[in-house]
Amino acid sequence: MKKTVFSMCGMCTVRCPIRVEVEDGEVTWIEGNPHLLKGALCAKGSAGTALLKDTERPQQPLIRVGGRGAGRWRKASWPEALDYVAEKLKTIKTEHGPESVVLSSRGGPWQGMYKTFIHAFGSPNYTNHDCTCGRNTHHASLSINGVGRKGFVYDIANSKHLVLFGRNMFASMRVAENLQIMDMLDSGGRMTYVDVRQSMTGLKASRFFQVRPGTDYALALGFINEIIKRGIYNKAFVERYVSGFGELCQFIEPYTTAWAAKECGVKEKSIIQFIDEVAEDMPKVIFHPGWNLSRYKDSFYASRALHILNVLMGNIEQKGALIIPKGAGDCGAKGIRNLDCPKPDIKRADGVGWKYKHFDKGPGLSHLFFDAMKTGEPYPVKAWIAMRHDPFTAMPDPQAQKEAYDNCDLLVAIDTHYSEFAWYADVILPESTYLERDNPICLQKGPKPRLAVRRQVVEPVFDTKAGWEIFKQLADRLDIGEHFPYTTINDLYAWQLEGTGHTIEDFAEKGFIPLTDKPVMYDPEKLDGQFKTPSGKIEIISEKLTKAGFESLKPYVSPDKPAKGQFRLVYGRSAVHTHGHTINNPLLHELMPENSLWINTKVAARMNVNEGDLVDVIASNGVTETGQAHVTDFIHPECVYTVHGFGRQVPLQTKAYHAGFSDQKLMIGLLDNWDQVGGAINLCEVFVTVRRSSRNPKRRVEL
Amino acid sequence: MNKYRIHLNTRRCIGCHGCEVHCKTNKNLPPGPILCEIDHQPVVMLKGVPRTEFSFRSCYHCEDPFCVPICPTGAMIKRGDGIVYVDQEKCIGCMACAGACPWGVPQHNPETNKAVKCDYCMDRVDAGLKPACVTKCTTLALKFVIMTEV
Ligand code: SF4
Ligand code: SF4
Ligand code: SF4
Ligand code: SF4
Repeated sequence: MKKTVFSMCGMCTVRCPIRVEVEDGEVTWIEGNPHLLKGALCAKGSAGTALLKDTERPQQPLIRVGGRGAGRWRKASWPEALDYVAEKLKTIKTEHGPESVVLSSRGGPWQGMYKTFIHAFGSPNYTNHDCTCGRNTHHASLSINGVGRKGFVYDIANSKHLVLFGRNMFASMRVAENLQIMDMLDSGGRMTYVDVRQSMTGLKASRFFQVRPGTDYALALGFINEIIKRGIYNKAFVERYVSGFGELCQFIEPYTTAWAAKECGVKEKSIIQFIDEVAEDMPKVIFHPGWNLSRYKDSFYASRALHILNVLMGNIEQKGALIIPKGAGDCGAKGIRNLDCPKPDIKRADGVGWKYKHFDKGPGLSHLFFDAMKTGEPYPVKAWIAMRHDPFTAMPDPQAQKEAYDNCDLLVAIDTHYSEFAWYADVILPESTYLERDNPICLQKGPKPRLAVRRQVVEPVFDTKAGWEIFKQLADRLDIGEHFPYTTINDLYAWQLEGTGHTIEDFAEKGFIPLTDKPVMYDPEKLDGQFKTPSGKIEIISEKLTKAGFESLKPYVSPDKPAKGQFRLVYGRSAVHTHGHTINNPLLHELMPENSLWINTKVAARMNVNEGDLVDVIASNGVTETGQAHVTDFIHPECVYTVHGFGRQVPLQTKAYHAGFSDQKLMIGLLDNWDQVGGAINLCEVFVTVRRSSRNPKRRVEL
Repeated sequence: MNKYRIHLNTRRCIGCHGCEVHCKTNKNLPPGPILCEIDHQPVVMLKGVPRTEFSFRSCYHCEDPFCVPICPTGAMIKRGDGIVYVDQEKCIGCMACAGACPWGVPQHNPETNKAVKCDYCMDRVDAGLKPACVTKCTTLALKFVIMTEV
């Protein structure tokens, strides 16, 4: 029997809409939803079938019997494993209070479920992976626009110029966005790319600035200076919606294009020509404010500068520029219900909201829990539930993290694969893969908002469960089941859709329910009320930052130069892997079995390192990772680069095990090196020593 | 005459290797055989921006294929519309075809122990669909060209 199921990809967190064909219980075809993506899908999306068949993933609940990380497990039934976790949680609650339990997830549209669980349990400590991702960008946007980083969507297809600071779109693979960029370039649009190295995105760009590592902020300041000096900003927009423009003009004066060119190591002429283009293309110019800007010590301010550039374009709520995402209400529709439980009125253990008042309280900052684990202040943290979050891959220095986590009485991993954290945990509750599970309905905001849902396509291959079921069953055992008002997924769907006039069957035709036919746009002349800052204006000088004792316009400080023989370690991603969690996928492993260390040709020559040679990459404390050198002209000599996610240590993942090397293990000291204003970890503020490895084969004893 | 051709718009291609995996999963292939390959020229600087050209190669479906006559069992067949394909029933996995093909296009499938190669997804084409690689290319850079007799 053959059937078609519309669903959502789960190979990365973009969650592209997909159409899946199933024959006799076998997935035979996965394509991008033809209604939204015209069939297009990335390599990872197709490799979903290999994930499904992968036997090197947890196949039933596992309870640790050896030491943490020793890899000795006892197979358990679901009731047994859930009882075990529930009992431990109850004991911890009695001994240390419910707030001593932290739940982390990657983030995404189903966070409400995880938050509901931990809040209902009595802990305020929900967190996610964003301190190693978009927190700086998010807080930068909040400080200026009063809305977070999801407060705008980018109408790239209709834009004339897309400006990307290190946002490597063609490796990050948002399929819909990539199609938009290609269409935009095909119709004569421009793309400017800024990075310390050439990437696939750079190869498609019409202009490329290879900057000195850590100088993004300088380049953005140079842009602002020239735009203001030449008066090519939207004066009416600035007058109407912006406060603090005078201060900006004063602040920006010394940061001339000549200065920026020198600081970044680019040609001044190129900056001037770029600004000429901007003048031609505005307001349809999008300065992407960054995604994973948890990088340099001033990334937060770099992101603020990029937001300011958008403001100067006056490009908000314009076709081909930044658009305020619309929800159900904007379409005259009733929204869906989501699981929810108010946060208990207890201080967060990470200090967010009381010690750090300027941060968004939502997910807090996951790296700030380690202190509480170690010191017991403000109170002990005794349990950590990681829902599809892998702190040991996401955050720096897993060894240091382990020392902190050893103060916990319970570590639980809920995941589809063996994450590094799962391997160290006490209990693994295996989640079904995205093809084997349903997820709650979610609202996808935008100019054309829609309801979308992930549907189960096939029966689970192993004894795994969907997240909605795991949380429900755990909640029942902890007497908080009433917060999960369902038994089956269909109960949950019905509850979510109640009053909307829709049923779950309505998704079957296209995989989504559009809430409007035409894009909903606000009048760009009437944006008052859209900026949720204290003053209601776009605040160049943020009242919130000022109150917290921080500068809004931070004078530029040149980044440290690496000492002789050292390099700044920068990381990124590839189009065929999703950080750590696809490395063991047979079809993706075939495409990219290992990462490599990019190093500049001239520097490599001095070190006698040739393409493919093994090199040792040595952290400040002597931790050494060894990998293959990729010698290239297209990287700045001050840095070395690698693809994040490799060097995994789970022996059961035979393909990924010790394949390539891990950048996060080399990030010694970075757990404490984080942005006090933006909140994110400064993941690129680390220097490593590189040398030709003694492991390069010279002679071989055969017998 | 060959009726079909796959054309890559190298301006749109982002070298993501999606097509290779789209092809493999459509044919349910294990690691090992790869029926189409994306390659690119060394990156050079052109007017201040890095540039390269991509190429897509599957099988040339030669007018006069080397792989067909060498096959001892008649498993390698050229259809009237030009598609050169392996009849899985007849294939004995000797891989003589791979040796005869100047580009080594036919691949060994370790799971079936038979040859496998690009057949322009003829089951899909015959059903009025486009090949897997073309249908799912991440940026819609591949085109399935159907030549009409003039
Ligand atoms: S980008 Fe690729 S992996 Fe990510 S959701 Fe889309 S198809 Fe899936
Ligand atoms: S899927 Fe398309 S864009 Fe990606 S490598 Fe293949 S042809 Fe190029
Ligand atoms: S396999 Fe080789 S010889 Fe045979 S048709 Fe293809 S390219 Fe020609
Ligand atoms: S036409 Fe079909 S068989 Fe040939 S390369 Fe494309 S997907 Fe593979």
